[in-house]
Amino acid sequence: MSAPEASSAAVPTLMTNNTLRNAFGGVLSFFILLLIAVLAFSIRLFSVIKYESVIHEFDPYFNYRVTQFLTKNGIYEFWNWFDDRTWYPLGRVIGGTVYPGLTLTAGTIWWLLNSLNIPLSVETVCVFTAPIFSAFASWATYLLTKEVKGAGAGLTAAVLLAMVPSYISRSVAGSYDNEAVAIFALIFTFYLYIKTLNTGSLFYATLNSIAYFYMVCSWGGYTFIINLIPMHVLLCIVTGRYSSRLYIAYAPLVVLGTLLAALVPVVGFNAVMTSEHFASFLVFIIIHVVALVYYIKGILSPKMFKVAVTLVISAGLAVCCAVIAVLIALVASSPTKGWSGRSLSLLDPTYASKYIPIIASVSEHQPPTWPSYFMDINVLAFLVPAGIIACFLPLSDASSFVVLYIATSVYFSGVMVRLMLVLAPAACITSGIALSQAFDVFTRSIKFQLPGLSSNTEVDAGETSSATKEAQNDAVKTEKAEETSKDRPSRKSKKKEREHVEKPSTKTKAEKKRLLALPLEASVISLLLLVFLGAFYVVHCVWAAAEAYSAPSIVLTSHSHDGLHVFDDFREAYAWLRHNTDVDDKVASWWDYGYQTTAMANRTVIVDNNTWNNTHIATVGTAMSSPEKAAWEIFHSLDVKYVLVVFGGLVGYPSDDINKFLWMVRIGGGVFPHIKEPDYLRDGQYRIDSQATPTMLNCLMYKLSYYRFVETDGKGFDRVRRTEIGKKYFKLTHFEEVFTTHHWMVRIYKLKPQKNRIRGKTKKSKSKTSSTSSSKRSGTRKKNPWH
Amino acid sequence: MEGPIRAREALALTLFSLLFFLSRSSALHDLLISNAERRIDLSSHIVKVYLTLKVENAGSSPASEVVLAFPPSQVDHLATVEALATKGKRKKTTFVRLEVKPTELPDAPNDTKYFTIYLANPLNSAESITLEVLYMLTHSLEPFPAEIGQSESQLVYYRDSALVLSPYHIKQQTTFIKTPSTKVDSFTRVEPTNRAGTEIKYGPYEDHTPYSFSAILVHFENNSPFAVVEELVREVEISHWGNLQVTEQYKLVHAGARHKGVFSRVDYQSKPSFNGVSSFRYLLARLPPRVHSVYYRDEIGNISSSHLRTDSRKSELEIEPRYPLFGGWKATFVIGYGLPLQDFLFESSEDRRYVNFTFGCPLMETVVDKLTIKVVLPEGSKDPSAVVPFPVDQHLETKYSYLDVVGRTVVVLEKKNVVPGHNSHFQVYYTFKPIFMLAEPLMLASAFFLFFVACIAYLHIDLSIRK
Repeated sequence: MSAPEASSAAVPTLMTNNTLRNAFGGVLSFFILLLIAVLAFSIRLFSVIKYESVIHEFDPYFNYRVTQFLTKNGIYEFWNWFDDRTWYPLGRVIGGTVYPGLTLTAGTIWWLLNSLNIPLSVETVCVFTAPIFSAFASWATYLLTKEVKGAGAGLTAAVLLAMVPSYISRSVAGSYDNEAVAIFALIFTFYLYIKTLNTGSLFYATLNSIAYFYMVCSWGGYTFIINLIPMHVLLCIVTGRYSSRLYIAYAPLVVLGTLLAALVPVVGFNAVMTSEHFASFLVFIIIHVVALVYYIKGILSPKMFKVAVTLVISAGLAVCCAVIAVLIALVASSPTKGWSGRSLSLLDPTYASKYIPIIASVSEHQPPTWPSYFMDINVLAFLVPAGIIACFLPLSDASSFVVLYIATSVYFSGVMVRLMLVLAPAACITSGIALSQAFDVFTRSIKFQLPGLSSNTEVDAGETSSATKEAQNDAVKTEKAEETSKDRPSRKSKKKEREHVEKPSTKTKAEKKRLLALPLEASVISLLLLVFLGAFYVVHCVWAAAEAYSAPSIVLTSHSHDGLHVFDDFREAYAWLRHNTDVDDKVASWWDYGYQTTAMANRTVIVDNNTWNNTHIATVGTAMSSPEKAAWEIFHSLDVKYVLVVFGGLVGYPSDDINKFLWMVRIGGGVFPHIKEPDYLRDGQYRIDSQATPTMLNCLMYKLSYYRFVETDGKGFDRVRRTEIGKKYFKLTHFEEVFTTHHWMVRIYKLKPQKNRIRGKTKKSKSKTSSTSSSKRSGTRKKNPWH
Repeated sequence: MEGPIRAREALALTLFSLLFFLSRSSALHDLLISNAERRIDLSSHIVKVYLTLKVENAGSSPASEVVLAFPPSQVDHLATVEALATKGKRKKTTFVRLEVKPTELPDAPNDTKYFTIYLANPLNSAESITLEVLYMLTHSLEPFPAEIGQSESQLVYYRDSALVLSPYHIKQQTTFIKTPSTKVDSFTRVEPTNRAGTEIKYGPYEDHTPYSFSAILVHFENNSPFAVVEELVREVEISHWGNLQVTEQYKLVHAGARHKGVFSRVDYQSKPSFNGVSSFRYLLARLPPRVHSVYYRDEIGNISSSHLRTDSRKSELEIEPRYPLFGGWKATFVIGYGLPLQDFLFESSEDRRYVNFTFGCPLMETVVDKLTIKVVLPEGSKDPSAVVPFPVDQHLETKYSYLDVVGRTVVVLEKKNVVPGHNSHFQVYYTFKPIFMLAEPLMLASAFFLFFVACIAYLHIDLSIRK
């Protein structure tokens, strides 16, 4: 990375001195990077230290299960895996519907360790994959920022990224999700793009496509890359920055990248057929046209060229119009205009809430609030504008890319809170640049003002890295920084070599900068303030990592006056299901708990967090919002044996099924219109107390949640809704309680077996007994979507 | 509550017992038992039988063996048989442990199985000796009814004979059966039979011929935890760097009456004295002293409900499975802990060492259906041999652990039907040269060294084609 290759320093007289400095700087930044990696890794271990080494939340459990399958059965079985334990009775083709990057990565790590006879379990490997990759991501950030603004900015950005809360929230130990490796892949792809752009090397271009392939393997967010890079190329072309380097950076990426992307089963022909990829092909055509124009411009005289241009434009316009018309017609003919639902909700933030309740029901798909920006990127939010300004001084191809990246990611993060994650690296890079430049200016001013120090001719060359060190440690005194800056190597000389195309020579720049010196006091104070800002950021990040983002959400804790309470109810229920039910029993629950049930309880579920079949989810939603008998019939038709509900009313766990219930009604009602949301609301208010509607009080979810709840305290006081429940004493006719966890957070009910049909009796009694039930049944049959 | 047992069962069992009137010609007849006293303890799910036999040699030649007989239904459930010979009288009595081995005898009536006690000194004619025999039976209490609801208590059957089954003539015998509580639903009467408190007394019976049998059935309440470990794998890994790591994998099941119907948490929590009396929540594991880094988890993570109490003589780990275990419910978990090596590893001779460790299951009052102990010896150890005080199946395996090249030798000991009575020490001897301890550190050091050399070489070699 920072190999001391820059032995050919710019100033020949100071050759030996410089070589030594460069070597020293290289080693120093190597160790700083090592420390950054340690920081990035260890800040994510709070979850293991405070809780335990366990897979977190929902999706990671699925990934963990897939990884287990992969390590057990091998890669070929994995591609062909048809999972019959989920989406019963439909099943799911896992091999063709997952982004395999994460599982393959963890599987490879596991295989490598085991072949070295290091017997780590798959779970351990999965738990620590995310922290390891966040260390890699901070290295990638260093590389990317180094390409844009030099090593100092790179180190600063790497440090910022190592502990940015937004990224921590997705990559704590145990959070074994696609984003964990995808952010590394994203940054690394961008780095290789910039690297190719700066060097014009085909080698890096090829690496870039491979990195892009890894990104496609890892995360659906790869569409961000394949749209952002064309946008940047277009920007470069429009601003007259076209060069052969740009062509080399872009054309191989599109060709190779698309070919490689199509190899991933989940993407397949989508890589050429969906509108998300359309922009890249359009820009691909444009860049070729531009390249052709530049070439023709080179071989023709200016006069001839003008003639050629008018000729081509008049002919080309006609063809273009025809092609575009055809394309638009093609795109418009498909119902979603060729865009997937999630992408559409990105472009039109109101799309999801209008049309797809299942996307809107997920909390991470909601738009973020202002506090969440402060929580997730903290002081970076204020440093970003400064960084953008720094990117414009001077504007290079690379820095324009950073500006474009931050601008687009700010927009996307505003649409979906989940995409704060894409914003975080951009914010770190720009803030790193800003901080680094600010330190650069202040330390140079101090040195300029202090005559004893400015005697050294090369004094300003070392400042970038001294600034870096400042940001590194955040607590280092300014005086110390000045001392160390003397024997810090010149990075500029090296950079000059690389970026001599767009950068003015260091000497003239240095002279210019010397005029921009600030007064001594102002610089010192500003430096101190910057250090405080950095310290505040560090404190906030550590707090966020320790308190806010390290809870695994399957085990909850609460502090009270008599110590720590652990609520381990989820695993209690899953362990019970795992050991005390039949292997082939089907468990119905709301889709949130699908992945966990298959992974932890090893039981077949009806719906899970991979919400690919809206109708199926709506069926479960309908069952939950139907009265007991109708629900029993729906569940029975799905071969369900157990129904699992999550109930937080006893201990005050807010994200339970009663609070999610309106989404079940909405999603269910979206497919089966006899479920109407207003039936569950009293004057537009969702309530479960005595004012609640009878439909609400008689629906299955209410009954399963509150069955015999009143006997705990005599009143039936729900601690989440802070009210007494509406219907206190009732019996279940079609379900029986088979398990309730210690804190009542998970309740499992069994469907009662079908009643024996009365046979061989006289017609009279038969008609008598069945007349009432059959009339009921005929009433419910209409409601049951499975008849 | 006492009353005659059901007619059908009585008939079946008496028919069975009638078949025992067979004469046999062997040296067995030279011995006779002048007095037999049997105490059957039914208070837990492990049936403990204390048998005191006063054996007399009525023959002319000295006898060196005494044979115990067991009906075939009991033999399968027999976990241990131990015998002690008493010496001296009254206050000066001392006990000598005697060897007991299963034996086959020709023409055993009704598949009766035998165990032979080898006397330390042959019993001369007209002499007598008092033997104390202890045997334990597992899975011998049959729950009836086989399925109970949450609020019911568990009733079980115990089947045995009122008379001690023996190939010898017994002059006088008495049997005491101790039940866990006074709640006894029914028991077979074989006069004289009396019941007082928690004890039922059969006998004394005079002069019964060999192989006399009189089936009895006791139906009583037993709410003690029927904790059965279906499979236990204990792995003891020896590291000569000073640690003994023990990992125990349990498959636990409640082997009592199966739970039927609903499980209501509100009933279970609000009325603990009526509800789920036969279920259990806690298990107590007795671990060696100076235990450290104890963990208790299962395949989905840590189980946060356990307490460890340590003092200088023992450590007690109270564990609570994730959910209370009702009849038929299962749970699996892993307990792991580290121990200081010097407490367990000893040198026997030059390079020859042995590890001394307890055999059985550390959980109290638990039956283990299948116990596997794996002693993982350090890499490079040779000639392993195990010394176990009772018969076990043995074989060797190889395990690869952290950075192993040739693998570690694993001594695997397997035994079925293990009760707490098997918690005695066993030894594994092996030869180990301390130089092998340095193998892995040296390997790591050389790997890093090579890596750095490669780095230096890479930085000094110019591989580019263009100059």
